[in-house]
Amino acid sequence: MSNKVVSYIKEKFYGDKNYPDFRAGDVIRVHQRIKEEGQDKERIQVFEGIVIAIRGEGPSKTFTVRKVSYGVGVEKIFPYYSPTIAKIELVRRFKVRRAKLYYLREKVGKDAKLKELRLEKVDNGK
Amino acid sequence: MALRGKGLIGRKLGMSQVFVEDRVVPVTVLEVGPCKVLGVRTPEKDGYSAIQLGFGSVKAKVRDKEDKSKYKVILKPAIIREFRFEGAEKFEKGSVVDLSLLEGIKFVDVTGYSKGRGFQGTMKRWGFSGAPDSHGQSVFHRRPGSIGQHTFPAKVWKGKKMAGRMGNERVTVQNLEVVSIDKENNIMLVKGAVPGYKGAFVFVREAVKKSALV
Repeated sequence: MSNKVVSYIKEKFYGDKNYPDFRAGDVIRVHQRIKEEGQDKERIQVFEGIVIAIRGEGPSKTFTVRKVSYGVGVEKIFPYYSPTIAKIELVRRFKVRRAKLYYLREKVGKDAKLKELRLEKVDNGK
Repeated sequence: MALRGKGLIGRKLGMSQVFVEDRVVPVTVLEVGPCKVLGVRTPEKDGYSAIQLGFGSVKAKVRDKEDKSKYKVILKPAIIREFRFEGAEKFEKGSVVDLSLLEGIKFVDVTGYSKGRGFQGTMKRWGFSGAPDSHGQSVFHRRPGSIGQHTFPAKVWKGKKMAGRMGNERVTVQNLEVVSIDKENNIMLVKGAVPGYKGAFVFVREAVKKSALV
């Protein structure tokens, strides 16, 4: 993709996002606007989990949030610039040593997950 | 030959994606116009109505009229095409048309030249199956196979699909949805892909088959 196209699209279609500066290893809370089928109403759904990957640049940038829900691992991939994301909150930050935390998928329970439970100084984004 | 339908000449800038009603839409970014009207065809004079448009500019050397021993560098349109449609005779020669010509149109046809792929075999060019990789086959894996019959017709039919130059041919993609039109920057976003490489010339016209108005 040429830079001209990227910058044009970015300027015209993607406003500045007021997200806190989050990275892999952070626990974030994503507030997403959900439209129920057949209804006009919108509601906010909150998805809290650990960011295990941020990929892409520009309009196609996405991030993956993972959480374990009733013993089942759930991952959601959000487009970074999705207009449905109302808000992102930074909850905690773990110390991690890589950018992609796919290895967490194989680790179950406290066995491995707790390994990185070392809180850094709190970063108050937003 | 004139291109059918009201349209403009442009250039493909590249692809990207955009959110429309909370959904991701793949778009091609086109720089369209402004185009100078270089000529007008009228029913009285030419038997049909069309406008001849020029787009872009390139340097060209022409002989200086005053001093024939010299050349002069002038700018001329990089590409010239005729667009044939009803009411074209009302345009004025020398005027400039821009994206407002296509304003309000929901679907467009985009014509361009596909990316050249060079000399390609029958498998890539025509989708032939080729031959098995194993079962005793040797050095025949991507060959076209038989290209003719026997005593009759004793020749290879004309137009037989064979290896050769692929791509760089005129392709029209119909009914592409217009995502947005930006008259200020002469930029238009169209849903889906458009033939050609980045920077390739394209002809954007009102869709023939789909009702084009809002």
